[in-house]
Amino acid sequence: MSILVNKDTKVIVQGFTGKEGSFHAEQCLAYGTQIVGGVTPNKGGQEHLGKPVFNTVAEAVKNTGATVSMIFVPPAFVGDAVMEAAEAGIELAVIITEGAPVKDMQMAKAYATKHNMKTIGPNCPGIITAEECKIGIMPGMIFKKGNVGLISKSGTLTYEGANQVCKEGFGITTAVGIGGDPIIGLSYKQILPMFEADPETEAIVMIGEIGGDLEIQAAKLIKEQITKPVVAFIAGQTAPKGKTMGHAGAIVSGTAGTAAEKMAALEAAGVKVVVSPAEIGKAVAEVLAKK
Amino acid sequence: MNVHEYQAKQIFAKYGVPTPKGIMVESVKDAVTAAEQLGGPVWVVKAQIHAGGRGLGGGVKLAKSLEEVEELANEILGMTLVTHQTTAEGKLVQKLYIEDGADIKDEFYLSVVLDRKLEMPLIMASTEGGMNIEDVAEKTPEKIITVPVDPSIGFQGFHGRELAFGLGITDKNEQKNIISFASKLYKLYMDNDAELIEINPLVRTGNGEFLALDGKMGFDNSALGRHPDIAAMRDLSEEDPDEVEASKYGLSYVALDGEIGCMVNGAGLAMGTMDTINHMGGTPANFLDVGGSANAETVAKGFEIILKNPNVKAIFVNIFGGIVRCDRIANGIIEATKITDVNVPVIVRLDGTNAPEAAEILKNANISNLIVGDDLGDGAAKAVAAAKGE
Repeated sequence: MSILVNKDTKVIVQGFTGKEGSFHAEQCLAYGTQIVGGVTPNKGGQEHLGKPVFNTVAEAVKNTGATVSMIFVPPAFVGDAVMEAAEAGIELAVIITEGAPVKDMQMAKAYATKHNMKTIGPNCPGIITAEECKIGIMPGMIFKKGNVGLISKSGTLTYEGANQVCKEGFGITTAVGIGGDPIIGLSYKQILPMFEADPETEAIVMIGEIGGDLEIQAAKLIKEQITKPVVAFIAGQTAPKGKTMGHAGAIVSGTAGTAAEKMAALEAAGVKVVVSPAEIGKAVAEVLAKK
Repeated sequence: MNVHEYQAKQIFAKYGVPTPKGIMVESVKDAVTAAEQLGGPVWVVKAQIHAGGRGLGGGVKLAKSLEEVEELANEILGMTLVTHQTTAEGKLVQKLYIEDGADIKDEFYLSVVLDRKLEMPLIMASTEGGMNIEDVAEKTPEKIITVPVDPSIGFQGFHGRELAFGLGITDKNEQKNIISFASKLYKLYMDNDAELIEINPLVRTGNGEFLALDGKMGFDNSALGRHPDIAAMRDLSEEDPDEVEASKYGLSYVALDGEIGCMVNGAGLAMGTMDTINHMGGTPANFLDVGGSANAETVAKGFEIILKNPNVKAIFVNIFGGIVRCDRIANGIIEATKITDVNVPVIVRLDGTNAPEAAEILKNANISNLIVGDDLGDGAAKAVAAAKGE
């Protein structure tokens, strides 16, 4: 078991024939991901990496039965690409592209929600179910199969966390990089309950950052719904105060989003909070030993 | 990206959002000419820097004669302004905005910002204008009203009415004015991919009109490509020169006041590395994210920028290669030692994609002050020890 994706998941790539799309689609194929085709307008009918290319997502879905799309299109086209995927009946869009305008993501996410399409990202490493399915840009070799679910805003901290878990002799069920943009798709609130429901996941690593209040919301949810042990790290304890002009954003969310605030909320929810990412592996070993 | 008050007001004017008349100047002589042109009889001389709290810092003053305009322009231009939103060193005032005095009956607060939870723009307003809005939110949160606007329907009449009644505006003409004001503000927020618009104070004049007395605007950097007019408003002199230089090479750099220079890939790991150093009793000298496309040249540039800081006693390179390939980073380090005189210990931890190749490259290079860190914890501990001269 795992969450969201597994070895049977059929994936298409939007921005398939571009430099980034090609490179990472090839890596995903090598990992074993069932990439069944891709979309690049005006290249429909061609073959790329041994898979069919389509002009539209609708065509790709119709011909391949894909349910997940991995999106690599340039930033200015991300909103369009996400909405096209939603319209075509894709169930999960994994948006890797960095630098998509926030306004576009507002529109695209609202549209995706209307069409019951889940999204991950943008500006994220993607999702990986260890040794089954990699949809994203993470180095696959560090994710050994195991019993720990991982969710992180930061890409490189996802790798750091997974690597430590595996070095301690454990492994990963599914790891999700949710991204840290102002508008993101699936977040702690949706993914933590998925790990709770997954019989193979026995512990959860949650990695957050300063800013916003998603981790505070997660703390509330953990207290109420999560029975599995959670290890958390919040990056940015030593970050200098932001040089923002106005503070209207912080007032809206009702929190300054400091690391200290988030760590305290998580600790109060019974989470094992570590002060350095170097301690994630040992903390996981500790909570699993207690079980 | 942030812009100056005078630039925000240029954008306001384009959308018919009422503001007092004003002229931006860069010399005392031009300040007087501008005041003459505006006509008076009262003017406000305003420092133009990218920070709030200018009034309290002495950067905004009222003049009742042309002589006074000259005097105040002399005083404010070239001063270093320290406010609660600047660093302790403050900011040098290089531009002034000479503005017509307004007939102020009372002051409000109005802003448009993204509500991350609702994932849509939110109009926020308060009768407590001219005050620090953080204080209002803390002490009298009931005095802040919020009106979210769903972009799929845009600004409707009911949004306007919620705002007007929420602010206790009962005069029908005044209601019409504030609704029109807010509707234009919402439109310009959406049209220009703004991140934030904040007007504090928004004033009601004696004849029931609303004027933006101040204007702060920030924009979504990711959307600047489709707004060349806004992008052209960027004032590089308001930004840290090292940060600007770093950004040319795809590096994200922020100077701090510690002793250990950091070079890391990814913002999260970069912050996590700083946290680890701090936890082990050291102090980070900077935040530096080399990004996803790091190569030998960018790494060498990163070393150069880090070493410009005389407080740096050791450098910790912490890379977990995903897209970034460790062998490229290793070559960059060797390149850097050739170009710049790296006279402090360099602790290197490379993991992930092509890490074994990178280790081989570094071993063969035989760099004397290079120390290998086995993992994040080990590397950070060695960096802290090296900075202490151990």
